Amino acid sequence: MKRTPLYEAHLRHGGRMVEFAGFALPLQYTSIREEHLAVRRGAGLFDVSHMGEFLVQGPEALPFLQWATVNDVAKLRVGRAQYSMLPNPQGGVVDDIYLYRLGEDAYLMVVNAANMAKDLAHLRHLAQGFRVELTDLSQDTALLALQGPKAAALLQGLTEADLASRRKNEVFEARVAGRPARLARTGYTGEDGFELFLAPEDAEPVFEALLEAGATPAGLGARDTLRLEAGFPLYGHELTEETNPLCTPWAWVVKREKDFLGKEAMLAQACRERLVGLVLETGIPREGYRVLSGEREVGRVTSGGFSPLLEKGIALAYVAEDAQEPLSVEIRGKAVRASLSPLPFVPLK
Amino acid sequence: MDIPKDRFYTKSHEWALPEGDTVLVGITDYAQDALGDVVYVELPEVGRKVEKGEAVAVVESVKTASDIYAPVAGEVVEVNAALEKTPELINQDPYGEGWIFRLRPLDMGHLDDLLDADGYAEALESEA
Repeated sequence: MKRTPLYEAHLRHGGRMVEFAGFALPLQYTSIREEHLAVRRGAGLFDVSHMGEFLVQGPEALPFLQWATVNDVAKLRVGRAQYSMLPNPQGGVVDDIYLYRLGEDAYLMVVNAANMAKDLAHLRHLAQGFRVELTDLSQDTALLALQGPKAAALLQGLTEADLASRRKNEVFEARVAGRPARLARTGYTGEDGFELFLAPEDAEPVFEALLEAGATPAGLGARDTLRLEAGFPLYGHELTEETNPLCTPWAWVVKREKDFLGKEAMLAQACRERLVGLVLETGIPREGYRVLSGEREVGRVTSGGFSPLLEKGIALAYVAEDAQEPLSVEIRGKAVRASLSPLPFVPLK
Repeated sequence: MDIPKDRFYTKSHEWALPEGDTVLVGITDYAQDALGDVVYVELPEVGRKVEKGEAVAVVESVKTASDIYAPVAGEVVEVNAALEKTPELINQDPYGEGWIFRLRPLDMGHLDDLLDADGYAEALESEA
């Protein structure tokens, strides 16, 4: 199993280590619920060094990325970031990504750890014919995510950069606790916060400095419940090679006015299913549970769990386009009433 | 890990405490710690007849759902209704307030087939 540069630090802080995408990472330190609430109310600190980072640079970086991603890279200014997806030729999704424009012809792509090798092979194949250089920086990059309403104030104590002037999706360089870092006002929790790209040897001192300043260490468990409450997709669950993103709440990320790989196939498909949010009065929906309309199965839960903020079971599920309310989720043979919920499930800033 | 000497245990981490002609059943300290924050408990119907090893209740943590098995055959005669409102009792007091259901065993002698505290401690060690 691979280790991040923070492996020893996780053990020291009581992290309960589990395997995720080939990496040993903390599921939790104390309690998923407590860590979740610390992020919603204060500031939580995640090690997300397992994620992949690719540097894309060269005179044709822009046309290459326009072809390889669904969002409009032409609108991305230097020092800004955008959410996007890598489409496949059939109109499905290879991965969902974050793209940071570092310079005129230089972009940093952050991808899911589980898809790192697949994405790199896919991008290298697509890059043939473009004057562009792809470099895998994943091994040389540690990534921390400091998230929550108190993240900015806490981080401000450790850097001379003026964080108040930095808007959501900005990316910039600054020293944090005396170490060089690339900071981005991005995250995966639905809260304000920053992601810190660091050299591996700087990860531990910065991690410790942020904890010292009052951040709560948070594990993969809270990361998943937070993203679920925020209504964000997780690749392999809500997004797959077979998913048409136009049939999801994240259709906004697909910009039809530009050309990209698989665009015609994507636009040609009619949506037979749609992705919905469900809230249960009782019980906890889990991945794979059937969604029913009366006696008829109309879909399946793709991600489910307990919302620490609502104190209820919540789920993302694909249901048939014509599925009629009232809906229910089948839990151990019993149909439990489920209400459609707008996303995010909880009010977020 | 706390393992009281006054009761019996299963390898699937239930405990069974004899009280008269009934037994209280719950999950061990080890089990509640492994599950994490318990947020929902599905209790059985009172009067249900169960076989040894049958899934009788479900304890759900934030992370996962876990079946709770009958340590011996018998009839469910009482459930801990407090868990409906405060499932976290299982984390806070797994051997006391966090009990899950009460069984009337077909035969109290069946309890002798279960592990004692030392046996359970050994089972935990071989699992680790």
